[in-house]
Amino acid sequence: MGRRSFRSCLTVRFGLRSMALAALAISGVGCSGVQPWERATLTTYAMRPDRDPLAGAMGEHIYFSRESSAGGRGVGGSGCGCN
Amino acid sequence: MMNGVGSTLRVPSRPGLFPRWRLAAGLALAAGLALTSPLARAQLKVGDPLPALSQYALEGNLPSVLGGRVVVLDFWASWCGPCKASFPTLVALQNDFGAAGLTVLGVSVDESRAAYEGFVRKHAPVFPTVRDAEHRLVKVVRAPKMPTTYVIDRHGVVRHIHEGYHGDTSAKLLREQVSALLAEKP
Repeated sequence: MGRRSFRSCLTVRFGLRSMALAALAISGVGCSGVQPWERATLTTYAMRPDRDPLAGAMGEHIYFSRESSAGGRGVGGSGCGCN
Repeated sequence: MMNGVGSTLRVPSRPGLFPRWRLAAGLALAAGLALTSPLARAQLKVGDPLPALSQYALEGNLPSVLGGRVVVLDFWASWCGPCKASFPTLVALQNDFGAAGLTVLGVSVDESRAAYEGFVRKHAPVFPTVRDAEHRLVKVVRAPKMPTTYVIDRHGVVRHIHEGYHGDTSAKLLREQVSALLAEKP
Protein backbone atom coordinates (compact mmCIF):
# COMPACT_ATOMS: atom_id res chain seq x y z
CA MET A 1 0.00 0.00 0.00
CA GLY A 2 2.82 2.30 0.93
CA ARG A 3 4.68 1.58 -2.30
CA ARG A 4 1.54 2.08 -4.31
CA SER A 5 0.92 5.45 -2.72
CA PHE A 6 4.44 6.60 -3.44
CA ARG A 7 4.25 5.60 -7.09
CA SER A 8 0.88 7.12 -7.55
CA CYS A 9 2.13 10.33 -5.99
CA LEU A 10 5.03 10.49 -8.40
CA THR A 11 2.85 9.67 -11.35
CA VAL A 12 0.30 12.31 -10.54
CA ARG A 13 2.56 15.17 -9.52
CA PHE A 14 5.41 14.92 -11.95
CA GLY A 15 4.89 12.26 -14.50
CA LEU A 16 7.46 9.74 -15.56
CA ARG A 17 7.88 11.31 -18.95
CA SER A 18 8.61 14.70 -17.44
CA MET A 19 11.23 13.22 -15.18
CA ALA A 20 12.84 11.35 -18.05
CA LEU A 21 12.97 14.50 -20.15
CA ALA A 22 14.33 16.53 -17.27
CA ALA A 23 17.09 13.96 -16.80
CA LEU A 24 17.82 14.11 -20.52
CA ALA A 25 17.94 17.90 -20.43
CA ILE A 26 20.28 17.93 -17.45
CA SER A 27 22.61 15.41 -19.02
CA GLY A 28 22.47 17.32 -22.30
CA VAL A 29 23.67 20.56 -20.83
CA GLY A 30 26.49 18.75 -19.09
CA CYS A 31 28.49 19.01 -22.30
CA SER A 32 31.18 21.66 -22.36
CA GLY A 33 33.66 22.90 -24.91
CA VAL A 34 37.43 23.16 -24.60
CA GLN A 35 38.34 26.75 -24.00
CA PRO A 36 41.11 28.42 -26.04
CA TRP A 37 43.46 28.43 -23.05
CA GLU A 38 42.91 24.72 -22.39
CA ARG A 39 44.20 23.41 -25.69
CA ALA A 40 47.74 22.54 -24.72
CA THR A 41 47.10 18.82 -24.97
CA LEU A 42 45.44 19.20 -28.35
CA THR A 43 48.63 20.70 -29.74
CA THR A 44 50.87 17.81 -28.83
CA TYR A 45 52.52 15.77 -31.55
CA ALA A 46 50.25 12.80 -30.85
CA MET A 47 47.27 14.86 -31.99
CA ARG A 48 48.70 15.60 -35.42
CA PRO A 49 46.91 13.81 -38.25
CA ASP A 50 50.24 13.13 -39.97
CA ARG A 51 52.07 11.84 -36.91
CA ASP A 52 52.49 8.35 -38.44
CA PRO A 53 53.76 8.42 -42.06
CA LEU A 54 53.12 4.70 -42.62
CA ALA A 55 49.54 4.89 -41.38
CA GLY A 56 49.06 8.02 -43.48
CA ALA A 57 50.33 6.26 -46.62
CA MET A 58 48.09 3.27 -46.01
CA GLY A 59 45.10 5.49 -45.44
CA GLU A 60 45.86 7.37 -48.61
CA HIS A 61 46.13 4.09 -50.55
CA ILE A 62 42.76 2.92 -49.24
CA TYR A 63 41.19 6.25 -50.10
CA PHE A 64 42.65 6.16 -53.62
CA SER A 65 41.44 2.58 -54.17
CA ARG A 66 37.94 3.50 -53.10
CA GLU A 67 37.53 6.95 -54.58
CA SER A 68 39.99 6.96 -57.49
CA SER A 69 41.33 10.24 -56.25
CA ALA A 70 44.11 11.24 -53.96
CA GLY A 71 45.64 14.22 -52.23
CA GLY A 72 44.16 17.26 -50.63
CA ARG A 73 44.25 15.70 -47.22
CA GLY A 74 46.96 17.83 -45.68
CA VAL A 75 46.14 19.85 -42.62
CA GLY A 76 48.62 22.21 -41.10
CA GLY A 77 49.40 22.05 -37.41
CA SER A 78 47.50 20.32 -34.72
CA GLY A 79 44.53 21.28 -32.63
CA CYS A 80 45.38 24.47 -30.81
CA GLY A 81 42.76 26.36 -32.77
CA CYS A 82 44.88 29.48 -32.66
CA ASN A 83 43.81 32.43 -34.77
CA MET B 1 -2.40 -5.93 -13.58
CA MET B 2 -4.88 -4.52 -16.01
CA ASN B 3 -6.56 -2.48 -13.34
CA GLY B 4 -3.29 -1.73 -11.57
CA VAL B 5 -1.84 1.51 -10.46
CA GLY B 6 -0.48 2.58 -13.83
CA SER B 7 -3.83 2.34 -15.56
CA THR B 8 -6.00 3.76 -12.83
CA LEU B 9 -3.84 6.71 -11.78
CA ARG B 10 -2.40 7.82 -15.09
CA VAL B 11 -3.03 11.47 -15.70
CA PRO B 12 -4.84 11.96 -18.97
CA SER B 13 -2.72 13.74 -21.52
CA ARG B 14 -3.61 17.36 -22.02
CA PRO B 15 -4.76 18.46 -25.40
CA GLY B 16 -2.92 21.07 -27.34
CA LEU B 17 0.44 21.44 -29.02
CA PHE B 18 2.40 22.14 -25.85
CA PRO B 19 1.35 19.96 -22.94
CA ARG B 20 2.69 20.92 -19.57
CA TRP B 21 5.42 18.30 -19.46
CA ARG B 22 6.82 19.32 -22.82
CA LEU B 23 6.80 22.97 -21.86
CA ALA B 24 8.55 22.23 -18.57
CA ALA B 25 11.19 20.11 -20.26
CA GLY B 26 11.77 22.73 -22.93
CA LEU B 27 12.16 25.48 -20.38
CA ALA B 28 14.56 23.36 -18.34
CA LEU B 29 16.65 22.64 -21.41
CA ALA B 30 16.68 26.27 -22.51
CA ALA B 31 17.62 27.47 -19.03
CA GLY B 32 20.39 24.93 -18.78
CA LEU B 33 21.82 25.82 -22.15
CA ALA B 34 21.61 29.53 -21.39
CA LEU B 35 23.40 29.15 -18.09
CA THR B 36 26.15 26.91 -19.43
CA SER B 37 26.71 28.62 -22.75
CA PRO B 38 30.09 30.32 -23.09
CA LEU B 39 28.31 33.26 -24.65
CA ALA B 40 26.29 33.73 -21.48
CA ARG B 41 29.33 34.11 -19.27
CA ALA B 42 30.98 37.43 -18.66
CA GLN B 43 33.75 38.33 -21.04
CA LEU B 44 36.06 41.31 -20.90
CA LYS B 45 34.85 43.69 -23.56
CA VAL B 46 35.81 47.07 -24.94
CA GLY B 47 34.83 49.70 -22.37
CA ASP B 48 35.26 47.38 -19.38
CA PRO B 49 37.80 48.18 -16.68
CA LEU B 50 40.80 45.92 -16.40
CA PRO B 51 40.45 43.62 -13.38
CA ALA B 52 42.98 44.10 -10.59
CA LEU B 53 45.69 41.69 -11.66
CA SER B 54 47.12 41.30 -8.17
CA GLN B 55 44.14 39.27 -6.97
CA TYR B 56 44.65 36.34 -9.33
CA ALA B 57 47.79 34.80 -7.82
CA LEU B 58 49.82 35.16 -10.99
CA GLU B 59 53.27 33.61 -10.91
CA GLY B 60 56.00 36.13 -11.49
CA ASN B 61 56.46 39.80 -10.83
CA LEU B 62 53.82 42.20 -11.99
CA PRO B 63 55.00 45.68 -12.97
CA SER B 64 55.01 47.91 -9.93
CA VAL B 65 53.09 50.66 -11.67
CA LEU B 66 50.36 50.17 -14.25
CA GLY B 67 48.11 53.08 -13.37
CA GLY B 68 48.45 56.05 -15.67
CA ARG B 69 50.18 53.99 -18.33
CA VAL B 70 48.91 52.49 -21.54
CA VAL B 71 49.00 48.72 -21.16
CA VAL B 72 49.13 46.02 -23.79
CA LEU B 73 48.01 42.86 -22.03
CA ASP B 74 48.79 39.77 -24.05
CA PHE B 75 47.52 36.29 -23.23
CA TRP B 76 49.81 33.71 -24.75
CA ALA B 77 50.98 30.12 -24.45
CA SER B 78 54.16 28.33 -25.40
CA TRP B 79 52.15 25.80 -27.45
CA CYS B 80 50.54 28.50 -29.58
CA GLY B 81 52.32 29.28 -32.85
CA PRO B 82 50.76 32.72 -33.47
CA CYS B 83 51.70 33.71 -29.93
CA LYS B 84 55.30 33.00 -30.76
CA ALA B 85 54.97 35.02 -33.96
CA SER B 86 53.55 37.97 -32.05
CA PHE B 87 56.46 38.30 -29.64
CA PRO B 88 58.75 40.36 -31.93
CA THR B 89 55.92 42.84 -32.43
CA LEU B 90 55.33 43.12 -28.69
CA VAL B 91 59.04 43.54 -28.08
CA ALA B 92 59.18 46.31 -30.68
CA LEU B 93 56.21 48.03 -29.06
CA GLN B 94 57.86 47.95 -25.66
CA ASN B 95 61.15 49.22 -27.07
CA ASP B 96 59.60 51.99 -29.12
CA PHE B 97 56.91 53.23 -26.75
CA GLY B 98 58.07 52.18 -23.28
CA ALA B 99 59.60 55.54 -22.51
CA ALA B 100 56.45 57.30 -23.66
CA GLY B 101 54.29 55.44 -21.17
CA LEU B 102 53.55 51.98 -22.57
CA THR B 103 53.80 48.77 -20.58
CA VAL B 104 53.52 45.46 -22.38
CA LEU B 105 52.57 42.63 -20.05
CA GLY B 106 52.46 39.01 -21.14
CA VAL B 107 50.26 36.54 -19.31
CA SER B 108 51.03 32.93 -20.07
CA VAL B 109 48.31 30.32 -19.68
CA ASP B 110 50.79 27.47 -19.75
CA GLU B 111 49.94 24.75 -17.29
CA SER B 112 53.50 23.45 -17.53
CA ARG B 113 55.99 25.62 -15.72
CA ALA B 114 58.86 24.00 -17.60
CA ALA B 115 57.29 24.87 -20.95
CA TYR B 116 56.71 28.43 -19.81
CA GLU B 117 60.21 28.90 -18.49
CA GLY B 118 61.74 27.33 -21.58
CA PHE B 119 59.81 29.67 -23.85
CA VAL B 120 60.74 32.74 -21.85
CA ARG B 121 64.38 31.69 -21.72
CA LYS B 122 64.48 31.15 -25.46
CA HIS B 123 62.70 34.32 -26.52
CA ALA B 124 63.85 36.54 -23.66
CA PRO B 125 61.16 39.21 -24.03
CA VAL B 126 62.06 42.70 -22.85
CA PHE B 127 58.63 43.08 -21.29
CA PRO B 128 57.46 41.39 -18.09
CA THR B 129 55.60 38.10 -18.30
CA VAL B 130 53.68 36.27 -15.63
CA ARG B 131 52.02 32.87 -15.58
CA ASP B 132 48.35 32.30 -14.90
CA ALA B 133 49.00 28.75 -13.79
CA GLU B 134 45.54 28.12 -12.35
CA HIS B 135 43.78 29.97 -15.19
CA ARG B 136 42.11 32.23 -12.68
CA LEU B 137 42.57 35.44 -14.63
CA VAL B 138 41.91 34.04 -18.09
CA LYS B 139 38.67 32.46 -16.87
CA VAL B 140 37.49 35.88 -15.74
CA VAL B 141 38.67 37.63 -18.89
CA ARG B 142 37.54 34.72 -21.09
CA ALA B 143 40.06 35.34 -23.83
CA PRO B 144 38.29 34.28 -27.03
CA LYS B 145 41.40 33.07 -28.86
CA MET B 146 45.07 32.45 -28.36
CA PRO B 147 46.69 34.89 -28.38
CA THR B 148 44.34 37.65 -27.31
CA THR B 149 45.78 41.10 -26.83
CA TYR B 150 43.99 43.82 -24.88
CA VAL B 151 44.97 47.43 -25.37
CA ILE B 152 44.16 49.39 -22.24
CA ASP B 153 44.23 53.14 -21.85
CA ARG B 154 45.77 55.23 -19.09
CA HIS B 155 42.58 54.99 -17.05
CA GLY B 156 42.59 51.21 -17.01
CA VAL B 157 39.78 50.81 -19.54
CA VAL B 158 39.94 48.25 -22.34
CA ARG B 159 39.92 50.16 -25.61
CA HIS B 160 40.84 47.53 -28.20
CA ILE B 161 40.89 43.76 -28.35
CA HIS B 162 42.93 41.74 -30.83
CA GLU B 163 41.78 38.16 -31.25
CA GLY B 164 44.66 36.11 -32.57
CA TYR B 165 47.72 37.52 -34.28
CA HIS B 166 47.55 38.25 -37.99
CA GLY B 167 51.08 39.28 -38.85
CA ASP B 168 51.72 42.72 -40.26
CA THR B 169 48.05 43.65 -40.08
CA SER B 170 47.98 43.15 -36.33
CA ALA B 171 51.39 44.78 -35.87
CA LYS B 172 50.37 47.90 -37.78
CA LEU B 173 47.05 48.18 -35.98
CA LEU B 174 48.66 47.75 -32.56
CA ARG B 175 51.15 50.50 -33.26
CA GLU B 176 48.44 52.88 -34.42
CA GLN B 177 46.24 52.17 -31.43
CA VAL B 178 49.05 52.47 -28.90
CA SER B 179 50.23 55.73 -30.48
CA ALA B 180 46.73 57.16 -30.32
CA LEU B 181 46.25 56.18 -26.69
CA LEU B 182 49.62 57.58 -25.68
CA ALA B 183 48.67 60.84 -27.35
CA GLU B 184 45.54 61.15 -25.21
CA LYS B 185 45.82 63.41 -22.20
CA PRO B 186 46.37 61.52 -18.91
